[in-house]
Amino acid sequence: MQIIFFLLAATALISGIMVVIQVNPVRSALFLVLNFFALAAIYLLANAQFIAAIQIIVYAGAIMVLFLFVIMLLNLRQPEEGGAHRHLGQKIFGSSLATAVIALVIYKVFRMIVPPGKPLTPDFGSTEMVAKSLFTDYLLPFEMTSILLLVAVVGAVILARSKVE
Amino acid sequence: MLIDYLPILVYFVIALGVAVGMVALSEAVGKKTHSTVKDLPYECGMVPVGDARSRYSVKFFVIAMFFLVFDIEAIFLYPWAVVFKQLGLFGLIEMAIFIIVLAVGLAYVWGKGALQWE
Amino acid sequence: MSIDIPTICLTNIGPLITLSVAGLLLLLFDAFSGKAMKKAHFHQFSLVAVVIALLQTVWLWNRQTTDFSRMIYVDNFSFFFNVIFLLGTGISIILSVHYLENYRKNYGEYYALMLFAAVGMILMAAGGNLVIIFLGVEILSIPIYILSGLFREDLKSNEAALKYLLLGAFSSAFLLFGIAMLYGGTGTFYLADLAAFIKKSGMNGFTYVGMGLLIVGFGFKVSMAPFHMWTPDVYEGAPTSITAFMSVGTKAAAFAAFLRVFLEVFPTVRMEWDLLLWVAAVATMTVGNVTALAQTNIKRMLAYSSIAHAGYILVGLIAGNQLGATGILYYLLAYTIMNLGAFGVVIAVARKKDNYLNIYDYAGLGFQYPGLAAVMSVFLFSLVGMPPTAGFLGKFYLFSAAVEAGYIWLVIIAVINSLISVYYYLRITVIMYMQPAEADLGPVAMTPVVNATLIISALAVLLIGIFPGSIFQLAMNSVKIFGS
Repeated sequence: MQIIFFLLAATALISGIMVVIQVNPVRSALFLVLNFFALAAIYLLANAQFIAAIQIIVYAGAIMVLFLFVIMLLNLRQPEEGGAHRHLGQKIFGSSLATAVIALVIYKVFRMIVPPGKPLTPDFGSTEMVAKSLFTDYLLPFEMTSILLLVAVVGAVILARSKVE
Repeated sequence: MLIDYLPILVYFVIALGVAVGMVALSEAVGKKTHSTVKDLPYECGMVPVGDARSRYSVKFFVIAMFFLVFDIEAIFLYPWAVVFKQLGLFGLIEMAIFIIVLAVGLAYVWGKGALQWE
Repeated sequence: MSIDIPTICLTNIGPLITLSVAGLLLLLFDAFSGKAMKKAHFHQFSLVAVVIALLQTVWLWNRQTTDFSRMIYVDNFSFFFNVIFLLGTGISIILSVHYLENYRKNYGEYYALMLFAAVGMILMAAGGNLVIIFLGVEILSIPIYILSGLFREDLKSNEAALKYLLLGAFSSAFLLFGIAMLYGGTGTFYLADLAAFIKKSGMNGFTYVGMGLLIVGFGFKVSMAPFHMWTPDVYEGAPTSITAFMSVGTKAAAFAAFLRVFLEVFPTVRMEWDLLLWVAAVATMTVGNVTALAQTNIKRMLAYSSIAHAGYILVGLIAGNQLGATGILYYLLAYTIMNLGAFGVVIAVARKKDNYLNIYDYAGLGFQYPGLAAVMSVFLFSLVGMPPTAGFLGKFYLFSAAVEAGYIWLVIIAVINSLISVYYYLRITVIMYMQPAEADLGPVAMTPVVNATLIISALAVLLIGIFPGSIFQLAMNSVKIFGS
C-alpha cells in the first residue's frame, strides 16, 4: 500500500512540475492528464471512490477539454521567445529561497505532534456515504453550488459575447 | 474494498500493453521506407494544407464552458440517485431547486443566443 | 440505511433566498424581455430585492441560533454585516445606473451578478463551516472577476479582470489548502468543533499550517500587505462602480469571515498569530499611506487608501477584544458609507466615459459645484478620521481597543499613518477649493436619486459620527458571541 502511494505521489508531483516547466502548452496539458489520473488513484487509495470517479469524469474529461480549447485559442505559432535564461540570478535566488522556506516548514511540521487519523468505516467515501452527507448536512452548500455554477455560465456569456451591443 | 478495483487495474494494464505493444511491434518488425510523401502528417490520405495551429474561435471555448458546468450538474445527480428512495420528497425538492437554478442558466444562455453558431 | 432529514427553517436565510431569486429573475428578464422594457427596470428591480433583504435582516434581528445542520450562524454578527453588505450593494446599484448608460452597458446581468456577489458576502459572514465560507468567497469573487472585465474594449479593464482572476484564484487555492490542513489536523470543518478541538488539544502541525494559509487567503481579499499588489491595478482598471462595490463589499465580507474564524477558532492561541498580524498591519498601513501620497489618479489613490484602511481594521483584529471587534463592525459600516460616497463623487466628476480621473480635474469644483465639493469634503474628512465624522470614531474605537489590549506601539504607528493620510486626502479638498479650474470641463450630470444618495450618505457619515451611541450599541450587541 505504502509503496503504491509513494509511486503515485511521485507521479503526481513530477507530472505537476512538468506541467509548469514545459514550454509547449500541449505537452503541459498531457502531463496534466497524467497528474489527474495519479490523483484519482490516490483518492482511490484513500477510499474516496466517488471522488476518484469524479476526478476522472470532470477533471480528465471536462476540464481537459476546456484546457485544450483555451490552448487552441492561443496563438501557438509565435515561438516562446527567450526569457528562460535572462534572469538566471533571480531564478536561482528565488528557487533557493523557496526551497529553504519549504524545507523549514516541512522540518517544523514534521517535528510537531500530528494527531493519528481516525480509522475509516469500510463504506467511507462510497457514493452512498457522500450522498448522505451531501443531501442532509451539506444541503446549503449543495444548493449554493448551483448559484456558483450559474455565475460561471453568465460570466462565459458576458465575456465571450460575440458582438458589443 | 480496494481489491474490487483490481479488474480495472488489469484492464488498464492490458490497454496500455496493447497500445504500447502495437507501436513497439511495428517499430521492431516493420519495414521502414522514407519518402517526402510518406513523411507527411497523415490526414486521411489528403495532402495537408496550411498550418494546423491556427487560432480557434472563442465560441468553442464558450461551448466547452457550458459543457463543464452542466457536466458538474450531472455529477451531482449520481449520488442523489443512489439515495433518492431514502430521501423521498425532501430529496426531490432539493434536487429540483438545484436543477431549476441551472435551468435558469440554460434558459439565459439560450435567450442570449449564445448557443447559436453564426 | 436510513437518513435523518435535517430540520431547516427557511426564514433564517430569507435574505439569501430573496437575493438569489431576484438574481435568477433578472437573468430571465434580461434574456427574454423585449427591447422596449430593457434597460429601464433592472436597477429598480434589484434595488427592491436589496430593500426586501434588508427588511428581512431587520426582522430577523436578535434571533440567535444555527441552521442547516450548523452550517450557518443566525446571529446579530451576521445580521450586522448583512446590513453593511446590503447598504453597499444598494448604494453601488444607485451609482451604477447612469455610469453604465454612458457606456451603453446597462445590462441586466450586471445587477444579477451584483446580487449574487451579495449572496456570497452573506454566506461569508454567516458561515459556521469552512466549506460555506469558501463557497461564499467564490460566489463573491467570480461575479467580481467578471464585472471588472465588463468593459471589454478597454485594455485596462481587461488587465484588471485578468490580474484579479489569476491572483484571486491563487489566493482561493491558499484558502482551500488551509481549510484542508485544518480538516487534516482536526477532522472537522465546523468552526465550533475546530474551536473546541484546539482548546482541548492545542495546535498541531496541520493546524499551524492551516492557520497560516487562512491568513494568506483572507489577507489577499482584504488587501493586506504583502498580498495587496493586485489592488491598485484592479481598482484602476475596473469600471468605477464596480471598484466602489468591491472596495467595500469584498473587504467587509473578508473581514467578517476573518474576524469570525480567528476570534472563534483561534482565540486560545492568540500568541501564535498576533505578532504575524502586527507586522502585516504595520506594513499594510505604511505601504498604503506612503504610496497614496504619490498618486495622481484618484482611483489609484483610493485604492491605496483602501489598503491603508485594511491596516487600521487589522489593528482591531489584533486587539482581539470586545471593543476591537465592535470597532471593526462600526468602522466597516462607516467605511462603506464614506468610501461609496467618495466613489459616487468620483463617478460624477469623471463625467462621460471616465474622462476626468486626475486629481487636478477637481480644481475649481468648489465654485462650480459647491454641493458636490461639500459632500466630497465630508467623505474625505471622514476617511482621514477627523472629528466629528464617523471615520474619527471608528478609528478611535479601533485604536483604544488596541491600547486596552496593550499594543501601544501599534497604535502609535497607526496614528502616525493617519497623520500621513491627512496630506493626500486634504490635498483634494485644497484643489477643489483653492485652485481655479484650468478649463471648463463640461457639465456634471447628476440625477436626483444620485444626488439624494450622496447627500444622505454625507449626512449619515456626520450623524453616526456625532451620535454614535445606537450604532455602537448594535455593534457591541453583535460581537457578544466572542466571549473573551
